[in-house]
Amino acid sequence: MYSRAYKTLVSLPPLLWVGLFLVLPYAMMFAHSFWAVRDGILVHQWNLHNYVTLFSKPVYVEVLWRTMRIAAAVTFCSLLLGYPLAYYLSFHAGARKELLYQLVIVPLWVSYLVRGYAWKTILGSEGVLNGFLQYVHFTHEPVAFFLYSPFAVVLVLTHIYTPFVFLPLYAALEHIPRPLVEASEDLGAGSAQTFLRVILPLSIPGLLAGATFAFVLSLGDFLAPLLVGGASGIMIANVVQSLFGAAYDWPLGAAISVCILLITISLLFLSERLEKRWSSK
Amino acid sequence: MSSPARLRRAPLLTVYVALVFIFIYLPIAVLILYSFNRDGVGGFPPRRLTLDWYRQLFADGAIWDSVVNSLIVAAGSVALSLTLGLLAALALDRARFPGKSLFRRLVLLPLILPGIITGLSLLMFAVFAGAQLSLLTVFLGHSTALISVATTELFAGLQKMDRAQEEASLDLGATPWQTFWRVTLPNLKLSLIASGLLIFTLSMDEIAVTFFLIGRDNTLPLEIWGRLRRGITPEINAVSTLIFAVSVGLIVIWYRVRTRGLGAQARELLERS
Repeated sequence: MYSRAYKTLVSLPPLLWVGLFLVLPYAMMFAHSFWAVRDGILVHQWNLHNYVTLFSKPVYVEVLWRTMRIAAAVTFCSLLLGYPLAYYLSFHAGARKELLYQLVIVPLWVSYLVRGYAWKTILGSEGVLNGFLQYVHFTHEPVAFFLYSPFAVVLVLTHIYTPFVFLPLYAALEHIPRPLVEASEDLGAGSAQTFLRVILPLSIPGLLAGATFAFVLSLGDFLAPLLVGGASGIMIANVVQSLFGAAYDWPLGAAISVCILLITISLLFLSERLEKRWSSK
Repeated sequence: MSSPARLRRAPLLTVYVALVFIFIYLPIAVLILYSFNRDGVGGFPPRRLTLDWYRQLFADGAIWDSVVNSLIVAAGSVALSLTLGLLAALALDRARFPGKSLFRRLVLLPLILPGIITGLSLLMFAVFAGAQLSLLTVFLGHSTALISVATTELFAGLQKMDRAQEEASLDLGATPWQTFWRVTLPNLKLSLIASGLLIFTLSMDEIAVTFFLIGRDNTLPLEIWGRLRRGITPEINAVSTLIFAVSVGLIVIWYRVRTRGLGAQARELLERS
């Protein structure tokens, strides 16, 4: 029913735009990772040197490893907060469901930066938390380790990504046919048993999606470490950022970016496969 | 949905969920509270409430310049992303071209990949193209990164649309162009408003991509970022509180639009039956 001209007219502009402003830039990132810098000048000489450096210098491997651990911790904590939240809303909230749902969503609209900043004012040595602890005479000196530590990065990222994790979990729980739950209870299963054998298995796709979100989003974060991480909370994206800035080694920075990109895409792919396999069982 | 009789009490769970809500809202509450605190952003309890920080904020030219910059970039991004996103959604819905499913995944990349990768790729491209970094590069970056927001929403809208209306319009002699303006677009009104609002908010808040594409003129998040490095004052709390208020305002508007839209649809259904 649509003419050839119509189809061409709607397809061509987005294809050209995406090709020029998205595919080409990503391809350039890829190309840079095989080039080199000599005497502060970019040389277009194809080689694998950057990847060798990346995996042979302990400093990069170490930061990458720390980044993975931080991302894993964020994923775990967001699930720990997000799952019970989603479960409560789906099965126990009754008439307040819609309101509570909105309350979880609202912080998603609050600027990332604003939330990171708020935590900075809470955790600092002159911050609200230390002020409070001294006010109630719990401590007499400010506690320094709240801010500028991997702990602070995990806390801030967990705060930011809990609503993200909540969304797919809640959607998955809402899709569970209620008669299944009722049948399980009518047949004498306790609520713990019903949860473990009916609700949890059926919510696995949402759990996978939420966990993937949290892990992938944390993996490439460079703002939270800059805000609250300090030297001990540096993550891999901070290394990239410094290589593109003061250190001026774009090719090495590009090689690390390509690694982050590949990890991200393989995780997404893996989670999609797992989800499909689980659902088809 | 479980009937009220099925709702069991779970006191422990309720307490836990209350604590999670406190965790989610604590920073926002602290932020707002300390924007009124005369003694600055730290310490406890906040004493001597004041509006001085807001007064200082309203006299702060640099902040308002950055707000204007952000509004320009966001408005531009809404226009461009919506246009490209609408065309892409129409293409995905109606046209056939090689690499279609690849294209679908490609437009999603900026939302999935860490912002730093998209930001740096675009930076390399800008350097390669010899473009001066400015609000223009930021605008191009935002528009490109946010196309998929519009595409996803509008594609869903198109899939739900009643195709017979378009067919009828074409059969009755309307040109494809008239059909597009009088039938297709009005049907997509809600999806357009929804994705427009989302793009606007995301662009206003964007920092990871902007970070690498910004020239001399700052957007609001980058202006705040710059100030954070120089030390923190409750003026930042004040501006953050205002951002929060505006965001919540936008959500309320969106719900009004949506529920009114749904109301209209329900009425239509009733009239038809």
